[in-house]
Amino acid sequence: MSSNQATAVEQSAYDYKVVRQFTIMTVVWGVIGMSLGVFIAAELMWPQLNDILQPYSHFGRLRPLHTNAVIFAFGGCALFATSYYVVQRTCQAPLFGGILVPFTFWGWQLVIVLACITLPLGYTSTKEYAELEWPIDILITLVWVSYAIVFFGTIVKRKTSHIYVANWFYGAFIITVALLHVVNSMAVPVTLTKSYSMYSGAMDAMIQWWYGHNAVGFFLTAGFLGMMYYFVPKQAGRPVYSYQLSIVHFWALISLYIWAGSHHLHYSALPDWAQSLGMVMSLILLAPSWGGMINGIMTLSGAWHKLRTDPTLRFLVVSLSFYGMSTFEGPMMAIKTVNALSHNTDWTVGHVHSGALGWVAMISIGAVYHLLPVLTGRREMWSVTLINTHFWLATIGTVLYIASMWVNGIMQGLMWRAFNADGTLTYSFAEAVEASYPGYFVRVLGGGFFLVGMLLMAFNMYRTLVTEEEDEVTDAQPQTA
Amino acid sequence: MSTFWSLWIIGLTLINLGLIIWVLMANRKVAISDDDDPENKTTGHIYDGIEEYDNPLPKWWFQMFVGTIIFTAIYLALYPGLGSFKGLLGWTSQNQLEREQERADEQYGELFAQFAAMPVEQVAEDPRALKMGVRLFANNCAICHGADAGGNYGFPNLTDNDWLYGGTPELIKQTLVNGRNGNMPPWGPIIGEENVVAAAEYVLSLSGREHRQELAVAGQKVFAQNCAACHGADGKGNQLLGAPNLTDDIWLYDGTAKGIRHSIRNGRNNVMPAQQERLREEKIHLLTAYVYSLSRNME
Repeated sequence: MSSNQATAVEQSAYDYKVVRQFTIMTVVWGVIGMSLGVFIAAELMWPQLNDILQPYSHFGRLRPLHTNAVIFAFGGCALFATSYYVVQRTCQAPLFGGILVPFTFWGWQLVIVLACITLPLGYTSTKEYAELEWPIDILITLVWVSYAIVFFGTIVKRKTSHIYVANWFYGAFIITVALLHVVNSMAVPVTLTKSYSMYSGAMDAMIQWWYGHNAVGFFLTAGFLGMMYYFVPKQAGRPVYSYQLSIVHFWALISLYIWAGSHHLHYSALPDWAQSLGMVMSLILLAPSWGGMINGIMTLSGAWHKLRTDPTLRFLVVSLSFYGMSTFEGPMMAIKTVNALSHNTDWTVGHVHSGALGWVAMISIGAVYHLLPVLTGRREMWSVTLINTHFWLATIGTVLYIASMWVNGIMQGLMWRAFNADGTLTYSFAEAVEASYPGYFVRVLGGGFFLVGMLLMAFNMYRTLVTEEEDEVTDAQPQTA
Repeated sequence: MSTFWSLWIIGLTLINLGLIIWVLMANRKVAISDDDDPENKTTGHIYDGIEEYDNPLPKWWFQMFVGTIIFTAIYLALYPGLGSFKGLLGWTSQNQLEREQERADEQYGELFAQFAAMPVEQVAEDPRALKMGVRLFANNCAICHGADAGGNYGFPNLTDNDWLYGGTPELIKQTLVNGRNGNMPPWGPIIGEENVVAAAEYVLSLSGREHRQELAVAGQKVFAQNCAACHGADGKGNQLLGAPNLTDDIWLYDGTAKGIRHSIRNGRNNVMPAQQERLREEKIHLLTAYVYSLSRNME
């Protein structure tokens, strides 16, 4: 393969330093963000935990920190790391942008550290997934514009004739997130730590969920599909299943997602037409979303046997299964009649986590296990057995989490709408909360499983970084048969 | 919605859907065939060793895609969605709510009307009405007053016979319908800290709590000049103003010396929200009877 040789020759010219930095921080922020998640899940089970260090330890302060840490710190670092790696290798060009490259790394870490400080202190714009106050929003914008310059600059300098599909998705993600962030965060600053949104009422809600849903659609879906399109065929050693399918589902996905946000506002003050459009566009999204899953899973045809021996590939493929499941669930929940039952229940929380744990985290974990040996110049991770253990912990944890929230969510929805023969409501709100405790416990357990897996990963990464290659050869690592 | 914005929405929607259909139809070609090598079905692009097949779109997937687009077309014809077009069914979320309320009225209206026609005292004796009352209370009042109506810090106990605004059926109903706003001004800046401390000792003495006698004597004068206007010369309160009785050792807030000083110094502001916009009259009637029954049954 001439192209492989070409890659090997130019290997040294690639900028791996920033990729390595972002990869390491992916794991670090993953551990921190998920620890916070397990802690706040435990707060719902044992409310006394809120009082450890009031008000900083309160659920209301830590929940936005958890979401910011897992989405933007863990997920963000994974996207930076893989996009910088993939764009260089598939364009056969080193990163463009010079000083902007390290700026994106240090700038992004600063954003996250500022989030870790300001959110527990109670500084918040109150916009979900966009809680950070205006000075941090400006920093995010600067980092993001630099990111776009680096990414698209590298594409312009590419030595390949076409642009690989992974880069279409990364590109769409970078452009759209810039747009979403700037429009939604528009605010009037009052002091350094307080601002008021430029929008109000139903308009504010619509802008917020246009942003909120596309944070899912572009940050957590398009970006990670870019990751999928490189690491799945690479790890499986098979060609991508269908180029046509890539084209159709890419354009359909990115143009339809932008309409879907209003399904978060069913049966609200939002005008009926906007609710209906959000619902039907969400339904049409099913096929384009599944296009990515088909293209990923079918890429494995002829390489299924590799799943038996390669836990990294298993992470990647199971993530696609969870992706398929949550992108089926999403359009269903966007149907108004289903939403009437599911809205405001734990079902929504479960749905988010089937995407966040099952899809986003698992594909990132698979990608990191693929990247770390390459970045450290090793043949494989320090322990393949630990990857396998991590895989099972993550899978069991995700299933426990999703199943408990399905049970809780449907139960809550049914309890809230149960009527007595005399027309009064059968249950009070507190009774539905009380009935949710078993599910809350299973959720803590599921989150715990997932977190233990991340800790194993952090340990495995540490050993991979500090152990010399020779050890690996002489130690005769236990190979999974 | 103005015609411009309506056309804007319709235009964007149709253009987007049209483009999707076009991309979908334009990519239905058969797989690439390489005459020299029939086995080779790749596009010929290679990126970092990754090749691409050009398999046709899976049939079931294509059909599912088309199916959702057809569903959308039908849905947008029947329901509002395309700008200001109302949809053929004339459905709105407003009229859906009204229909459901009408249906509920038909089903339950008679029962509620039956109790609404009875005086509160009589409803309070009816076990069936009380059962409805307790459920209404659990969903509307329990958040503040507690599931057992026993109250909480800042939220009055409804099961004792101590009333801030009066415990007759009429007054209870008035409280529910219009809400209440109890407001005690902050006295600290007006009378000074020394007098705050003295007045607090006097208030403690009113309900027979442990107090410092010499301060209480001084406090009596402060009380007479500043507090008696609302709480009465004897400290027994005034239900017209919602000024609590200070002699019965029942405390809405903190009844310790420190707590009472805080109340005097900083004042208190307490709101019971009006229910008339939230609950129908018949429900308020049932709730009145339920709350009335709570202290009646105790006697």
